[in-house]
Amino acid sequence: MNPGTLSAIISGAATTAPAHAPSLATASDFFALLKPRVMSLVVFTGIAGIMLAPVPMHPVAALTALFCIAAGAGASGALNMWFDADIDAIMARTQSRPIPRGRITPSEALGFGVALSLASIATMGVLVNWLAAGLLAFTIAFYVFVYTMGLKRRTPQNIVIGGLAGAMPPAIGWAAATGSLAVEPLVLVALIFMWTPPHFWALALYRADDYARAGVPMLPVVAGERATKNQIILYTLVFLVVSALPVLAGFAGLIYAATALAFGAVFLGLVLQLCVMTAATRALASRRAMRVFGFSILHLFALFASLIAEAAFGVSALMGSLVA
Amino acid sequence: MTGQPRTPESDAARSLKSRNRALAFVLVGFVVLFFVMTLVRLGGNVAERSF
Repeated sequence: MNPGTLSAIISGAATTAPAHAPSLATASDFFALLKPRVMSLVVFTGIAGIMLAPVPMHPVAALTALFCIAAGAGASGALNMWFDADIDAIMARTQSRPIPRGRITPSEALGFGVALSLASIATMGVLVNWLAAGLLAFTIAFYVFVYTMGLKRRTPQNIVIGGLAGAMPPAIGWAAATGSLAVEPLVLVALIFMWTPPHFWALALYRADDYARAGVPMLPVVAGERATKNQIILYTLVFLVVSALPVLAGFAGLIYAATALAFGAVFLGLVLQLCVMTAATRALASRRAMRVFGFSILHLFALFASLIAEAAFGVSALMGSLVA
Repeated sequence: MTGQPRTPESDAARSLKSRNRALAFVLVGFVVLFFVMTLVRLGGNVAERSF
């Protein structure tokens, strides 16, 4: 984004509505700024961090921590939409977001995002603990400054490095419960970190024309379809190995192991179908890419659901003793 | 429908009302959250204090 565009967006001049016009934004428009679907997965992985922690957390304190994680994730989404308003207006996938539609001015989104960021960090610090607040602040700053402003428009490695922000919630949840960090939450961070590239590159294969039009250097745009598919296979294999670490580290049990094995096998099958088998038509190739994208969400959800279920019913100790 | 015709002003007023309601809800929620968390953090320390 050049400085002229930036100042126009800050002043609100980039929208179609005149700057002095009364705002038509409703509460639901502001809610849409929070990227609620992304937020739900972030909260779910945060719950796993809290549930796996060896220190029981008071339910109200746990809900407060989850609320702060959700608000922080939402604030990151709002600030991302503020900065990316120009390319969101070009891409078909993002044209219906509140800023491109003219429902919210960029300056409103900026103010909302900054206020929500500060409120979520301060609330986490005052009511939970300052390590969790620090990790939340790092996550928001990494997503906004490193990924959105730094990497996204500059390198095809944008979602690889930027994926760290989306991977942090289990560590924040664990820190909220214990006031410290340990190997377990870092394994979960690594799990989400390695899941991110195949997940987003499958979407990028499907939306390559969209990204190219907006000038976002996603891997399929810069390196082509073949190179992207090779990278998807590589990262999928690493992700599947990392998904075994919770069992090997002794903090996941049979339910998780069975889930990881079953979902891992299906995911690998879908990835190989997308990346190795030749698609007869463009539509079939797109369908395969979207199948990998959709299943990857279900896969991550299932892995964390099994960890949460085991923690809730206390069954992971069995596998831990078997491995030991 | 016998209501007033929609004008840009009435749309803006309706949006403002929606935002104000949401803001009020959030502020009241914050007050309740801080009150409950204060009780949680104090725990039994107040009830069991020795005066």
